Amino acid sequence: MATLFGSGIKRREDPRLVTGRATYTDDVKLPGLLYAAILRSTYAHAKLKQVDVAKAKQAAGVVAVYTGADLRDKVNAVPCAWNVPNCDLKVPPHPVLAVDKVRYVGDGIALVVAESRAAARDALDLIEVDYDPLDAVVDPERAAQKGAPQLHADVPNNVAFTWKVTGGDADKAFAEAPVKLEQRILQPRLLPTAMEPRAACASYNPGTGQLTCWITSQNPHIHRFLLSVMTKLPEHRIRVIAPEVGGGFGSKIPGYADEALVSFASLDLGRPVKWTEDRSENYKVTIHGRDHVEHVELCGTKDGKITGLRTRVYAGLGGYASTAAPGIPTILHGLMYSGPYAIPNIAGTVYGVYTTTTPVDAYRGAGRPEATFLLERMIDLYARKIGMDPVEVRRKNLIPNDKFPYTVATGITYDSGNYQGALDKALQMIDYKKFRAEQAKARKDGRYLGIGVTTYCEICGLGPSQVAGAVGFGGGLYDSAIVRVYPTGVVRAYIGAKPHGQGEETTFAQIVADEFGLPVENVEVVAGDTEATPQGWGTYGSRTTAVCGSAVKVAAQRVKAKAKQIAAHLLEANEADLDWKDGKFVVKGSPDKSKSFGELALMANVAWNMPPGVEPGLEATAFFDPTNFVFPFGTHICTVEVDAETGEVKILRYIAVDDCGPQINPMIVEGQVHGGVIQGLGEALQERAVYDEDGQLLTGTLMDYAVPKASQMPKIETAHTVTPSPVNPLGVKGVGETGTIASVPTLVNAVCDALAPLGVTHIDKPLTPARVWTAIQQAKGGAR
Amino acid sequence: MKRSITLDVNGATRTTEVEPRALLASVLRDQLDLTGTHIGCDTSQCGACTVLLDGRAVKSCTVLAVQAEGKQITTIEGLSGDGRLHPLQQAFWEKHGLQCGFCTPGMILTAVDLLSQNPTPSEAEIRHALEGNLCRCTGYQNIVAAIQSAAGALR
Ligand code: FES
Ligand code: FES
Repeated sequence: MATLFGSGIKRREDPRLVTGRATYTDDVKLPGLLYAAILRSTYAHAKLKQVDVAKAKQAAGVVAVYTGADLRDKVNAVPCAWNVPNCDLKVPPHPVLAVDKVRYVGDGIALVVAESRAAARDALDLIEVDYDPLDAVVDPERAAQKGAPQLHADVPNNVAFTWKVTGGDADKAFAEAPVKLEQRILQPRLLPTAMEPRAACASYNPGTGQLTCWITSQNPHIHRFLLSVMTKLPEHRIRVIAPEVGGGFGSKIPGYADEALVSFASLDLGRPVKWTEDRSENYKVTIHGRDHVEHVELCGTKDGKITGLRTRVYAGLGGYASTAAPGIPTILHGLMYSGPYAIPNIAGTVYGVYTTTTPVDAYRGAGRPEATFLLERMIDLYARKIGMDPVEVRRKNLIPNDKFPYTVATGITYDSGNYQGALDKALQMIDYKKFRAEQAKARKDGRYLGIGVTTYCEICGLGPSQVAGAVGFGGGLYDSAIVRVYPTGVVRAYIGAKPHGQGEETTFAQIVADEFGLPVENVEVVAGDTEATPQGWGTYGSRTTAVCGSAVKVAAQRVKAKAKQIAAHLLEANEADLDWKDGKFVVKGSPDKSKSFGELALMANVAWNMPPGVEPGLEATAFFDPTNFVFPFGTHICTVEVDAETGEVKILRYIAVDDCGPQINPMIVEGQVHGGVIQGLGEALQERAVYDEDGQLLTGTLMDYAVPKASQMPKIETAHTVTPSPVNPLGVKGVGETGTIASVPTLVNAVCDALAPLGVTHIDKPLTPARVWTAIQQAKGGAR
Repeated sequence: MKRSITLDVNGATRTTEVEPRALLASVLRDQLDLTGTHIGCDTSQCGACTVLLDGRAVKSCTVLAVQAEGKQITTIEGLSGDGRLHPLQQAFWEKHGLQCGFCTPGMILTAVDLLSQNPTPSEAEIRHALEGNLCRCTGYQNIVAAIQSAAGALR
């Protein structure tokens, strides 16, 4: 029987989505529903002298108004849940509504609950806030200097942590190296912009003492826990439902004050309460990504061997430490400084810095895009400095295929790899030599063609729970599945993760259907409801397939083992004498003696004739905890033509060769690559969240923040190599973030390569025409 | 002051009370329970709210509900009937033209309008027609492929 594993079947989730029959959080409607709106600070940094809600309380349709002072003893602060060790982490309290001070534009000040959305919004205008403005500071490097405005009383110089990573002896390497270079690299702040804004709808039943909260969540079990901390309700009284979720990209991982506020209001008022942000609120309140100022140094030999890397990074955290924020620029960033290369000496220091801005947390790639970008940029600068082809420099430093598992200087061990294989494939697709020849010719004609190559590897499939504990992650990183077979032989898999666009309702059904020899239609995957699904840790860090998919596989194997026991009993045969063939257990040598999966499902569920000591029913639960992370890798290549008159960048070709191990559904893998690459090209070319000096977000709507449009983006050519991971039973690695991780340096390297004859070495992202043009002018000026 | 309006939605006549300032998008969602029309922004950029008004794609967040009186409104829920998918819905499914699905109703309805005006659009024309519809998940490539494929099927 042909397997479904490896087949690009259509997605199971799509019929409801293409017909408008899916239920997203804001679609939830309940009898007696009230609507919440939250008054947000208009100052980046100010003392709150007075918050007068008297008029708002009187307004038509308003049911209740709460301030920070009202909630101080009733709702706990928003927790930070990644307590990175050995970095002197300081996490000041983040009240759900500001009490005495606001620390970013968007910080919550008051909650209005009303009979309609409009009434709630209108009442916000009636609240009078008396602010005593303080100085703002938006740049993380500046915020860490003496004399900068102080956000929190007990965080000197706004430095939340100082984290170090070391391997080998970087100082010695630099002292001895014949070639050294340094570059200041900026990773601008980005707005994740899931197309569905965040929402929460809470319904407390005073009779049962149960709170049900629908949340736009990538990880409902984490939200249940965080909600329990904030509302002080015990965890077993809380049910979190993440229904259809319209994209997340990291922004729907954290716990936010907002879901605690509607939950509290529902508890207090005994009626359901819903809050939905609009896009401008989303841009002020939902976490941002990146925001690094990086000082990077690389050293090596004259013939292209990298001997050391040093960094000093200021990572902006915003006004408070969001749920996973401390782990992003440290564990998920600094530990990846070796990339796919054997770099013997590494020393990095990362300062996490509070600034009067929206909190920063995981955004697609989360720490790894920043690491990949700085490394890939430095390698191109190094290659140029020693006059060597950047591809050859990479080749010379890539970890050889026969060296896996390989432990890099930062101390982590890469599972498997074939870095040269992916590089060769990508070079062949682009015909590298031919392009270089064309480029040389074009340069003679005064045209600027460029090529950027990124060889990357990344850490994902988060991860062994023991490691999670060791690095201060406030949870486990295993995942879970219940595979339940119904009497009629159809199956449901209840999973701990929460896909929100990645298609696991399909790919996990493929895994189960293969195991049981069923058509995929006979398997349903259920996710997102803490009442139905076992404890899981969510969908992020490209972990769902590697970790939760493995739990599904293991649970299905357990079910099958039990079915086999029952089959042996019914057929009066030894288990050892049974073969699994075409969806049946068949007695070896007696093809007419068999039990189909459907028959066994019925017999197990009615339990009329069970083997001695075997319980009725046919289901199994598995909690899968991997032995290591997975490390997908690949090579991306981009060719561009830059118009030196206007600074405009035209992408000629974009090639992505990724290795995420065996692919369950290649169509879905390709979709992940497309989306990830375009998101990265947005970062490289046009996206940047801009604050002014006073901490006002200038890119506060979709009018000002440049999410890529169809007409601006190229077609992506994809290909793959397949290197299984030894750390999970499927052999799979993640692919949700590779595109974003690889594409940013690929594009920037291509543009810098194009402009090499003009003396341009580095341009800060995003590469808008204005910036490229300015870089050209500066280089020309410098040359004169 | 609320006033009563009668809307022709997906072939049915629906009467509801609205504030004059109420946007069509909100009324469809909150009052007529047609939640397939999504709201992704507050500045008319994202296109998630796109519906057909007399057959033409319109962002329902830019239309007051009172202005839609007397016009035929088609939302994603009304695009197909009899348990059959519209060729564009089918093509989005087949070509993996969606991931989270939030932009999808707007994308499909925009594409319906495009193909009714231009049954054989080039890739560039399709990308241009999607100018007002944002997708954060797919990178657009498979959306373009879906529209191309539906164009073939509709011809
Ligand atoms: S909601 Fe109408 S364009 Fe965004
Ligand atoms: S499929 Fe998620 S925004 Fe388009």
